[in-house]
Amino acid sequence: MLEPGLLRAIPYFSELSDEELNEVGQYFFEESYVRDEIIFLEGDEARNLYFVASGVVKTFKTSSDGKEQTIELARPGDVLNEVAVFDGGPNPTSAQAITPVRLYKIEKSKMLAIISQRPVIALEVLRLMAAKMRRLTELVEDLSFRPVVGRVAKILLEQARAPLVSRLSQREMAAMAGTAREMVSRSLKTLEDEGAIKMERNRVVILDPEALERRAA
Amino acid sequence: MRPLINLDKCDGCGLCVAVCCSNILKMVDKNLVIVDGDGCDWCALCEAVCISGAIVCPLEIVLNS
Repeated sequence: MLEPGLLRAIPYFSELSDEELNEVGQYFFEESYVRDEIIFLEGDEARNLYFVASGVVKTFKTSSDGKEQTIELARPGDVLNEVAVFDGGPNPTSAQAITPVRLYKIEKSKMLAIISQRPVIALEVLRLMAAKMRRLTELVEDLSFRPVVGRVAKILLEQARAPLVSRLSQREMAAMAGTAREMVSRSLKTLEDEGAIKMERNRVVILDPEALERRAA
Repeated sequence: MRPLINLDKCDGCGLCVAVCCSNILKMVDKNLVIVDGDGCDWCALCEAVCISGAIVCPLEIVLNS
């Protein structure tokens, strides 16, 4: 049972009255996870919907050769695993606590019943799903049409040869490349895997400038 | 070298403290402080989780000499 005040902080339920929150709250349970603990696995059946109460959860996919790709970081108030809960398929990603995490959990069947009785929740679910779809559409655009790795390669070369500032954060590189920070992080990893750069503690060492130039072309 | 904090942007949510693998960040009276900058391993998770951009881990970019 969750207190109405705790539930109201979750966007799905922000428009409900105290009475409705009391009723909905009885279906929720609180769970705690330690750092690095797996919350659910990609491909498993989705039994529950989760909301982040505190901490940060990483959702990710793993390739057949064991490479991991972060999909997003879920922070307090964010929902986890709504795609599988609403389309009835398996979990599309795995989820792992990257800090100590508290989650509010509700069974899928209970959540679907609550939504069918309260259209105001359905509208909020749609709004948040649409926002997520917009973010993912932008990600597809970045991956398909815009060579982000090339733009990051160009920024690295320019910064090494004629630095405008002494150091650059990944957030700043993302702003310069017109992309998300996660894409810069991914591009640096790609360039390191290709042997063009080496990531040291707080340095990027360019090992193969010509490889970067080819990428930037 | 230590991560850079902009307290004007920091909303005191504490997610960076929770995610820090090196335990070098601390909230003191809702102000973010670095307790051991040299202990930072530059994983940049704090930068990744910070929505407001209040903490960054800048990188020096150099050609291999």
